[in-house]
Amino acid sequence: MDSKLFPEGVQRCSFGQFLIWTAVILGFFTWGLYAAVLVLYNGIGTTGLDNYFGFGAWITFDLAVIALGAGAFFTGLLKYILKIKQLEKIINLTVVVGFICYSGAMLVLTLDIGQPGRAWFGYWHPNVHSMLTEVIFCITCYCTVLIIEFVPLVLEQKQLNKIPFIHALAHNMHVNMALFAGLGAFLSTFHQGSLGGMYGVLIGRPYAFREGFFIWPWTFFLFVLSAVGTGPVFTVLVATFMEKLTGKKLVDYKTKALMGKIAGTMLSVYMFFKIIDTWAWATGYLPSVGLTFDDMFYGLVYGKWLLYTEIIICGVIPAIMMITPSIRNRPAMLYIAAILACIGVSINRYVFTVQTIAQPALPFDSWQVYAPNWVEYASSIMIVAYGFLVLTLVYRYLPLFPQERELNN
Amino acid sequence: MQIKEFKIKWGMVIDIDKCTGCGACMVGCQVENNIAPMTKNDPYNYVQALTKDRDEASNKLKTLTWMNVYELSNGQAFPDHETAYLPRPCMQCGNPACVPVCPVIATDKNEEGGIVSQIYPRCIGCRYCMAACPYHARYFNWWDPLWPEGMDKGLSPSVSVRPRGVVEKCNFCHSRYLDAKNEARQNDEDPMNLADGAYNTACAEICPTKAITFGDLNNPEHAVHDLAKGPNAFRLLEKLGLAPQVYYTSEREWVRKQGDNYNADGGGHGAPSNSHG
Ligand code: SF4
Ligand code: SF4
Repeated sequence: MDSKLFPEGVQRCSFGQFLIWTAVILGFFTWGLYAAVLVLYNGIGTTGLDNYFGFGAWITFDLAVIALGAGAFFTGLLKYILKIKQLEKIINLTVVVGFICYSGAMLVLTLDIGQPGRAWFGYWHPNVHSMLTEVIFCITCYCTVLIIEFVPLVLEQKQLNKIPFIHALAHNMHVNMALFAGLGAFLSTFHQGSLGGMYGVLIGRPYAFREGFFIWPWTFFLFVLSAVGTGPVFTVLVATFMEKLTGKKLVDYKTKALMGKIAGTMLSVYMFFKIIDTWAWATGYLPSVGLTFDDMFYGLVYGKWLLYTEIIICGVIPAIMMITPSIRNRPAMLYIAAILACIGVSINRYVFTVQTIAQPALPFDSWQVYAPNWVEYASSIMIVAYGFLVLTLVYRYLPLFPQERELNN
Repeated sequence: MQIKEFKIKWGMVIDIDKCTGCGACMVGCQVENNIAPMTKNDPYNYVQALTKDRDEASNKLKTLTWMNVYELSNGQAFPDHETAYLPRPCMQCGNPACVPVCPVIATDKNEEGGIVSQIYPRCIGCRYCMAACPYHARYFNWWDPLWPEGMDKGLSPSVSVRPRGVVEKCNFCHSRYLDAKNEARQNDEDPMNLADGAYNTACAEICPTKAITFGDLNNPEHAVHDLAKGPNAFRLLEKLGLAPQVYYTSEREWVRKQGDNYNADGGGHGAPSNSHG
C-alpha cells in the first residue's frame, strides 16, 4: 500500500503487519502519556520522589540514555573528522539513536522540573557556576545539531528526493556535515562531562564529591569516557536487534566489530581511570572527611556488589572482550560484551543519582530507600515507545542502512 | 573552599541540652512563614481522583518543615540510654552547597547578613539544590498549596505563598528582618547595627526553654557572638567544609561527636536510632 515510499530496492513487511506493530507501540506510548498528563496536571507529588530523593528514576533514565546515545557524536567525530570511512555504514543509525536519546531525555526533563514553563530560564538567568547550566545549554544546542544531522536523511526519502531542490539541499547538507559533526562532538563532550561534573561538585555528598582538574571534578572526565566507551556498542545492539526483528542483514559484521573495537578501547581507558579514581576516593578523600569506604554502602539496594559489578563484570571484562580481536570477532561474544558495558554505565548513572543522595551525610541520619512508582516507569516507557516509533518509521521509509540492498541479495 | 563573608552574619546557637524536642519551633516556623499543611484531598482538582491521593502529614518525606527536629540517641541500652533533640533550620552556610549548583540563580548567598535567599518566581524546580544540601534543609512543593477552610484567614501578609513545583527553605524569617530594619529607620537608628533581639526568628522566640539564641555572629554585643565560641559549641558536618552559620552546643560528648562524621571508633554512622520530624 505504501510501498512507493520505501527506500530504493528494499523489502518491508506488509502494511497490516506494520499497523499491528505500531498499534502495540502506541499502546505503551499512550499509557506513558497518561502518566505524563497526570504529572503535569497534579504535580510531581504523584511520583515516588520525595524530599530525600529529589533526583530519582527520571534522572537515572536521562543520564543512562544520554550516555548510550553517545554513539552519535563519537561516531560522527570519527567518521567526519578523523575520516574513518567504514563508519558510514552505520552513521545514519547512530544519528537517529542519538536524536531519540537526546530528545527523549529532554521530554523527561520537562516532566521532572517542577515548573516546566520556566525551562527557558536556564538561558535567561544563567548561573555560569552551575554545571546544570552547562547541561541545559549543551543539551538544547546539541539536540538542534542532531535535528540538523537528521534532516538530510529525511530529505533522502525516495519520493522527496525526486524534487530537484530537496535533492540539492540534501546534497549540500551532506557536504557540510563535518561542520555539524565537529560542533556536535564539542557540545556533546561538554554535555556528557557536565552531567558527571554535576555530581562531582556536590561538596555535601561524600559519595559523589571529587576533587579535580581546574574547574572540573574527575567525574567530568569519567562520564565522557564511560559514554564513548558504551555509546558505539549500544548502536551496534540496536542494529542487531533490528536485524533480528526484521530478519534482514542491515550492517555488515566488519563495521560492528570496528565499533566494538572503538568502544573497547575507550572503555579500557575509562576503566583505568575509574579504578584509580575509586581508589583515591576510598583511601584519600573519604578518610579526610571522617568516613570510611564501608559507610558508603548499605544493604542490598546500595550494596558494594553494585560497585564491583559495575567495575569488574560490566567494565573490565567487556573492555577486555572488546579489545581482544579473537573474542570481538565472534558475534555472540561482542553482543554479550556490549550488553554488559551498557548495563555497567547504567549502574554507574544509578548510583551517582540515587546512592549519592541516599547515603546519609548527617551522621545521625539513616539510609533511605527509594522506589519509583508506576508514574515514573510509565513515563520512561513512553520515551522508549517513542524511540521504537521513530525507529520504525525511519526504517520503513528512509534509507537508513546503505548496505541493506547488497547484504540481502 | 571559598567562604563568603559579609559585615553582618546572622546566626543561631542552639543549646541541645536545653531542647526538649517539643516541636514548638516547627509550629512557629510553619505559622510565621505560611507553610502549607499537608491535606489529603484537593476539592478543586477533579483529575486527582484518577491517581493516588495527595500525601497527608504522616508522610514526613513530603511535608514542608523548614525547621525539623531530629532525635539523637547515644546507642546504649537501658539504663544508660540517652536521647537528645536537634532542631535543624537551614544552616545559611558560608560555603553553601546549594547556591553554586542552581542553574538559574534562584538561590543566593547574599549581603542580607549572609542569609541564603530563595527567589520563588525564578526557581524552575529542578531540585538540584535539594540533592546538594546534606542537611536536607530544602523542601519541594510537591502539591498545590492548600489551606483547610478558615485557616487561610490566618495567613501572614508579609510572606509570599509558594506555588507548586518550586523549592523553599528557611530564610531566618526574612520578613522579620525587613520589619526590624524599618523600625530602626523610623526610630532614627542604624538598620545595619540592630540591637540584640531587635530581629529575632519565630522559632527562637517561641522556644519555651530558650534553647535557640539568634543574632549577629559578628557583633560582640550580641549573645550569639560569644555562645558560638563556647567550649562546647560545634557545627554540623564541619569536616565537609560548608561553614554553617548555625551552631549547636552540648555538654555531652556523644552529642558533639554525632555532629560530624566521627571515625575514631571505626564506624562513621554509629548511632543506630534516629527519626525524621
Ligand atoms: S543548609 Fe543546605 S540549603 Fe541551607 S545554605 Fe546550607 S547547603 Fe544551602
Ligand atoms: S530547584 Fe530551584 S532553587 Fe533549586 S537548583 Fe533548581 S532552580 Fe535552583
